[in-house]
Amino acid sequence: MSQSPASAELIVKDLTIRFGGLTAVEGMTFEVNRGEVLSLIGPNGAGKTSAFNAITGYIQANGGSMTYQGTLLNGLKPNQIAELGLVRTFQKTSVFMGQTVLDNVLHGLHLVSKQRPLAIIFGLPSVAREEMELAAEAHRILGFVGLSGRADWAASSLPYGELRLLEVAIALAAKPKLLLLDEPVSGMNPSETASFMKILAEIRKLDITVLLVEHDMKMVMGVSDRVVCLNQGKIIANGSPAEIQGNPEVIRAYLGERYVRAQG
Amino acid sequence: MKRGLTLAWLLFLASVPLWLDNLYILHVLIMTGIFVIAAMSLNLLLGYTGQLSLGHVAFFGIGAYVSSLTTLGFSVHLLPDWQVSADPKPVWFGMLLGTVVAGLFGWAIGRLAFKVRGAYFVIVTISFAEVIRLVALNWVELTQGPMALNNIPYLRLGIPEVFEVAFLRKPANYYLVLAVGILCYIIIRRLVKSRAGRAMIALRENEPLASSVGVDVTRYLVLATVVSAAMAGAAGTLYAHYVRIVDPDVFLFIYTVTMVIMVISGGKGTLAGPVVGGIIFGLLPEVLRSARVPPEMQWVVYGVLMILVVYFLPQGIVPAVRDWWLSRRAADAPDVPAEATTKAASR
Ligand SMILES: Nc1ncnc2c1ncn2[C@@H]1O[C@H](COP(=O)(O)OP(=O)(O)O)[C@@H](O)[C@H]1O
Ligand SMILES: [Mg+2]
Repeated sequence: MSQSPASAELIVKDLTIRFGGLTAVEGMTFEVNRGEVLSLIGPNGAGKTSAFNAITGYIQANGGSMTYQGTLLNGLKPNQIAELGLVRTFQKTSVFMGQTVLDNVLHGLHLVSKQRPLAIIFGLPSVAREEMELAAEAHRILGFVGLSGRADWAASSLPYGELRLLEVAIALAAKPKLLLLDEPVSGMNPSETASFMKILAEIRKLDITVLLVEHDMKMVMGVSDRVVCLNQGKIIANGSPAEIQGNPEVIRAYLGERYVRAQG
Repeated sequence: MKRGLTLAWLLFLASVPLWLDNLYILHVLIMTGIFVIAAMSLNLLLGYTGQLSLGHVAFFGIGAYVSSLTTLGFSVHLLPDWQVSADPKPVWFGMLLGTVVAGLFGWAIGRLAFKVRGAYFVIVTISFAEVIRLVALNWVELTQGPMALNNIPYLRLGIPEVFEVAFLRKPANYYLVLAVGILCYIIIRRLVKSRAGRAMIALRENEPLASSVGVDVTRYLVLATVVSAAMAGAAGTLYAHYVRIVDPDVFLFIYTVTMVIMVISGGKGTLAGPVVGGIIFGLLPEVLRSARVPPEMQWVVYGVLMILVVYFLPQGIVPAVRDWWLSRRAADAPDVPAEATTKAASR
């Protein structure tokens, strides 16, 4: 490894996840370094989402450890992990459908907000003041992802591409230090994907580390500092985008044996 | 505009005892008000967190019994030769204690039940209410069982011998219930428009997403149960010191069902829903009675009306009226995207 261990923000070591008899992830070891964009790629069913779920506390790992800046994540609840600064999005579009776009982002600001139950019940002025600050912050975040004009819309009336942006806005509202994105551009058209890549570049400037799961190779190769490739639960390659692109094992995993033979 | 409407509505409610000289109708209004408070408290749980408490009347009854026993005084044997007795305390203290104890029970039930949610919460709350009812029925030394607690004192506020308001007559009780109702409404309104209420709504709408942005599921569900239980308890104390007789029938399942009907027909998850539903279903039995509908038919009418509301206005009356109002306004002002405003308002 060329990176010094001191710069490792998230360390995943020997992670193993089983669903009954099926081993979804086996002995997975990798690190995410402070400030980088690391992509986790691999064919469908490789175990990428399962790894995300284990890191963020949605499922329990059957083996191995996950450490975020020295804190062991194993056994923590999702909300505790979010408090540490790890915030994720979901592969299947996930917003608060019945709420307005602005309210969606306000939900995301839960950890930013400091209101205590008694202060709320007694209607202290600090609560009203903070509510105004939160609304302003929510509008700012909507502007950041390009949804300014949609604040009062119902989330359910947004077109698909904008729903995916709203998901990112909700996650950003939680002030992540490490943002985990699970296939954020799947289902987007090329121009939506292109503008999403611009947003991702802006996110990097905010000093947010990104762990990205994505199928769109053009995007992965364009935005990643490093790529980890997973196949059938095991890591088969770990390197720069260029190294991954030329790696025969990766090509085989993605395109199948026949393609490699035909090319050879 | 909205503020003016609220003010007009409050002035109307406050004026009722001034022009209404039928004391029976005033009594019905007081009872309806007490039920509206209970329905509002249930709505905090059912409407905002999405958890159905089918034992909600237990908190109401706990408030009633605790406040009655505190103000009547009691003497019980906890062991054959260990007797615990308490002298009568002032009514305001009893009401406060009844509210707090109901809230504590809410906390316990919340901690217990939210490990397992949904259907399990329903079962835990039903069982809890039944156990409490059996205690009230069978612990005769404390509760008089089916003989009921009688001669419960009424509330007096002020300095004895100097200036005192007695809540004995109906107009005074009407204003007391109105004041407590407004207070509960304000507290619920503040809660749901704050961080806490947003967390509850987020859990109801999408729990995995809510926890991904740091919402502590158990914490906010327990908070909702505590506040909800305390308010139901407060309604129970109002009942006890107004009716001035409390028996184990306050725990009857039918009262929980009535509260649920009020919340769902009015519109769960809206502030005005339980008020509207509570007033309609609280006054309906009296309207039917004066129309000489036989008592057996009353329940049939009740049920049919409920089914009609749920069938034609599945969100409840308040959201339906609001949607209709907003879509009319959107039609008048073509620069507003009609689809966006109506959909945004539909929750
Ligand atoms: N909750 C679950 N129960 C059973 N099997 C699961 C579950 N989640 C994922 N799997 C299985 O684990 C494997 C890895 O899935 P997943 O992590 O979703 O892959 P990816 O995100 O890389 O497409 C697949 O074979 C999938 O069917
Ligand atoms: Mg996946």
